[in-house]
Order: sequence, then C-alpha cells, then structure tokens
Amino acid sequence: MRRFDTAAQLLAPAALVVATAVVGSFTSRATEIYFLTAICSVGIVVAIYVFVGNSGVLSFGQISFVAVGAFASGVMTVPLDSKRGVLPDLYPILRDHTIGNLASLVLAAAIGAAFAFLVGVPLMRLSGLAAGIATFAVLEITHNLLREWTKIGPGATTLSLVPETTGLTQAAIGTVAVIAVAFAYQRSRFGRSLRATREDAAAAQAVGIDVHRQRLWAFTLSGALAGLAGGLYVHMLGSITADQVYLELTFVTLAMLVIGGVTSLWGAVIGALAVSGLDSFLSEAEQGVGVGFTIDLPQGARLVVLGTLMALVLVLRPSGLTGGREFGMPRLRRGGQLPTDATSEGAA
Amino acid sequence: MTGPALVAALDAQTLVDAVGLGAIYALMAVGIGLVFGVLRLVNFAYGQLIMAGAYTLAFTSQADWPTWMGIVMCFAVVIALSTALDRLVFRPLRTQSPAVMLVTTFAVAFLLQNVALLVDVRDDTIGEPAASVASLNQAVRVWGVEVRKVTFVAVAVAVVALSLLALILTRTRIGLQMRAAATDFATARLLGVRANTVIAVAVLLSAVIAASVSVLLTVQNPLVAPDFALKETIIVLVGVVVGGIDRLWTATLGGFSIGFATGVINGALPTDKTVFLPSVVFALVILVLLLRPAGLFAGRRTSVVERV
Repeated sequence: MRRFDTAAQLLAPAALVVATAVVGSFTSRATEIYFLTAICSVGIVVAIYVFVGNSGVLSFGQISFVAVGAFASGVMTVPLDSKRGVLPDLYPILRDHTIGNLASLVLAAAIGAAFAFLVGVPLMRLSGLAAGIATFAVLEITHNLLREWTKIGPGATTLSLVPETTGLTQAAIGTVAVIAVAFAYQRSRFGRSLRATREDAAAAQAVGIDVHRQRLWAFTLSGALAGLAGGLYVHMLGSITADQVYLELTFVTLAMLVIGGVTSLWGAVIGALAVSGLDSFLSEAEQGVGVGFTIDLPQGARLVVLGTLMALVLVLRPSGLTGGREFGMPRLRRGGQLPTDATSEGAA
Repeated sequence: MTGPALVAALDAQTLVDAVGLGAIYALMAVGIGLVFGVLRLVNFAYGQLIMAGAYTLAFTSQADWPTWMGIVMCFAVVIALSTALDRLVFRPLRTQSPAVMLVTTFAVAFLLQNVALLVDVRDDTIGEPAASVASLNQAVRVWGVEVRKVTFVAVAVAVVALSLLALILTRTRIGLQMRAAATDFATARLLGVRANTVIAVAVLLSAVIAASVSVLLTVQNPLVAPDFALKETIIVLVGVVVGGIDRLWTATLGGFSIGFATGVINGALPTDKTVFLPSVVFALVILVLLLRPAGLFAGRRTSVVERV
C-alpha cells in the first residue's frame, strides 16, 4: 500500500500532464496552443519548485535560467542559411553552426545548469531577504545582457525562425521528464537533506548536513530543468524576445507555485495547470467569449485577476490549494505553513 | 570615455540635477526603510503607491481641479491605499517569514500596476498627462546654471521631511516606540508598545512620503503610465539594501547615493556607454550582499540579513 502511495505521487502529476496533452490533441489548432502553454508552464514551475519548494529559500532568479535555456536553444536551431542574415553580429562559432532539436534541448539544460551553478556558488550563502534581492539582481543582469549583447543573441529584437518542434508530444515528454527528475530528487538523500534544512537549518547542520552544498545541488538541478523548460518553451513559440522571459513570466510562474502550494510537487503541477487554465479562459475573455452569457473583459484584466488570486491565497491559505501536500497524502493536523527559512520577527 | 572628458562632462548642471534626483531617491528610501523597520517587510509595491498618487494628479488635472486640491487628493489617495494595503494584506501576513511577505508585495505591485493599466486604457491610449503641476518644471538661472524649480522643491522637501522625521523619531513617544519596535519587536510589545499603532503610524508616515514623491516625480515626468516609478523603486531598493536596510539613516544614505550616482552617470555618459550599466550595478549589489550583508554604511553588528 505504501509503495503504491509513493508511486502515485509521481504517477498522478505525470498522468495529469499526459491527460492535458491528450485532451489538447482533440481540440482545434487555435485552442491547442492553450494546452501547449499549460504543459510548458508545468515544466517551468516544477523547475522553480525543485529549488524554492525544497529549500524554502525564495528565488526571483529561476526565470533567468529559463531565459538562457530558451535563447541558447533558439539561437542554435535557427537554420544556417538564414542565420547570417538575421543574426549578423553573433560570435562566429554561434553564427556558423546549427544543431538539431534534441541536441538543442540538451544544450539548454546544460547551459541552464552551468549558469545556475556559477551563480549559486556565491549566492547560496544567502537566505531570506538577501536571497530574494540577490536572485532578483540575477534576473536583472540576465535580462540586461540578453537585451543588449548582440554577440550572443538577437539583442532587443525578436529572435524568430526557431523551428516549432514542441508539439503536444514533445511538450508532454519533456515535462514528464522534468517531473520525474524532480520526484527522484526529492526522494533522494540530497532532496531529503535539503528539506531538513528548510524545516530547521540549525538542526540540519547539527546532524552534519552542509546547507550551502545541498542548496547548491538543488539550485543547479533547478537551473538545468529550467533551461530544459526554456528550450521546450522557445520551440513552442517559434520566436521570442528578452522581455517574454522577464518580470511577467517570473510573476506568473511564482503565482502558479504559490497558488498550488510551494512545498509539494503536486502543488507545483496543480498550480501551473489551474492557473494556466484560468489564464487561457481570461485571455479568451479579453477577446470576448460566450458561456451562456457573453463575458467581455478589458485588456489587462487577466493579470489583475491573477494578482488578486495570488494575494488572496497568500493571505487566506498560505499553504496553497494542495496545502503543500503530495498527491494522496493525508491531511496533517499541524503544518501546512509556507516554508520559512527564518523565524519571523514581526508582531503576531 | 576617457578620464578628462568624463570630468569635463561633470559640469555644475549635471551635479545639480544629480542632487535633485538624490533627494527624491532618499525620500523613497526613507519610506521603504520606515516600513521595513517595524514590519521587516520590503515593500516592492512602494512604487505603485507613488504611481497611484501620480494618476490622481493626472486625473484631477484633467478635471480642471485647482493644483492644490489635486495635491491634497493625491495625499488622500496614497494614504488611503497604503492603509488599506496594511490592513488587508500586510497585517494578516505579519507572522510569515520575510520571504513570504516579499512575494506578497511583489504580487500586490503587479496587481496595482495592472489595475492602473485597466483604468488608463479606457481612452485607448496608455499614459495620462498631468499638466497642472508642470509649471514647477521651469528652470531659473542661478550663477549660470539652469536649475529647475522642482530641484529646489525636491531638496527642500527632502530636508524638511527628514528633519521632521528625525524629530518624530527622537522627540516623541510614538517615535521612541517605533525605534524600540524596529530594534526588537517582541521585547517592545512586552514593554507595552502597541504593535498595531506603531505599524499604522509607520505606514502613514511612509505614505505621506510616497505622496510627496508622487508630486515631485510627476513634475519631472508629467506623462503618467502604469509603470510610473517602477524603475525608480527598483533602483532605490538596490540603494537601500546596499546602504544597509537595517537602519534608517544608512538606508537613506544608500538611496541618496544611488540617486546621485544615477544622475551623474546618466548626465555624463552617452547612452551607448550605459547599456550594460544595469548589469554592473546589480553585480555590485550581489557583491555587497555577499561581503557586507548589513550594508556598506552599517557598522559591524548583527543584522537581519543572514548567511549560511
């Protein structure tokens, strides 16, 4: 029975993603994009969860790794014959080579991991507020470099002509892989050690856990998964700008994670799918949609609803929709708090 | 740009403008630092309070209200919004960790910005002009330097506001309680400091400062858009953290320094030299957080910023 429960914690989120893909394959081309976006969002949110959920340290920076993965994968798959024309300023090694779809996804994951590791070595010493500000700084730096440095990418212009290889199949396979890695990690010795530091850093150190090292592992793994998710994302969109992987995506994905429940994989998946579903509905509604009566929302209403929802969840149910529990886990009497890495000094 | 050329470009004009900018940023830093002191809350949404004030100025100006009434309305709106935020969002979250509160203010900031967008695009254009306060933007010549009137006002407001604040903090009972709360909230409450009162006063003072900044920034940039004050807030947050958020005067000094530096750099360097400036600035922020987590100007003592 116990083994079944454990398996279900992996199978339930994976099955949900596959089911989304299957349902999506029966819909029209115009609606399919919503299902694709939802599946890709799950990948990004699970990648963020691997670090933020397990460590309890806030990071605004994970979208940097999505961005780097997306641009690396995108730039390297633009067909050679058009690349010299559209991206003339690239370093020759980037300009004169092109790689296949699968190789570009591997590259995205590798570069995401490498970047996260480099950033993580110093940054993982920080926690709480300082970690929040420092990771935000990473996001700003990444965005600034991607926007201005035309030797590594398109700069302020749109990167287009990226092959649209992420259909429902590739999205589902990639995202299920991300979920499987996240699950394997949180069941491993490393994942458990990190979760111990989340609950009580001092006690974890006392039993010999190296907090810095465990956080760095998770940060690097999260970077790899975020890079891969970025690769899937750019191959879904076909074209991308640096602004698409910046503040708004950071906000939306954090909202998904918080709404679902920060401390569980199930929460990350549920949050991403639920918010994507709502998001698709709202963006349809911004164009006007009939459900018995016609809803016609003004532009921008989408993010207002999302922001309200996120604030409401944070205030009323800080543990998220799933209460921070894995699929099938019994409701605990205590707990269900958001991960805290510092005891609050505020007043009760 | 070579050294001598840089110095040549650093004329009195640039310096005067930089001081004006520094004064505004110092005010914002105080507003953020005050709330941080009692709530341990870094308010990402501070810029949106300023934005709300700026929209109030724009709409009252379009409705042909007298300027002074627009300014009074601006203060009223910012104070009301700030108090509402405290009651509805920050108060229920006081027991949560700083990280959770940071995410929440991030959400609130995004929410307010998009509400503003909804209000703004009703006329199908983004951006609302605020003409009534623009007269302050005219320049007068002082010793051969063009000084905009708003620069005088900004410096005066900063000096007056900071002096008043210093008086409140050091000479009044509530000020003493606020300082006690900022040092150790739990002990302060045991000694009879009322948490809600202290926090309400801090939020109120912070809102008054935000409203003043609304007026000053709107004068300089009379086209109000939903991302009004967003960039400034990010820069000030950086300055506050680099200066040392734990204490009000280090935070203020950090705010002023980064404002002054921004003014000098933007005035002295051509645009194509400053494209990577944000990267350099944010890399410095990370460096300061790692090397001196309590801030550049803070003494050697324990701080709220922890390290592993």
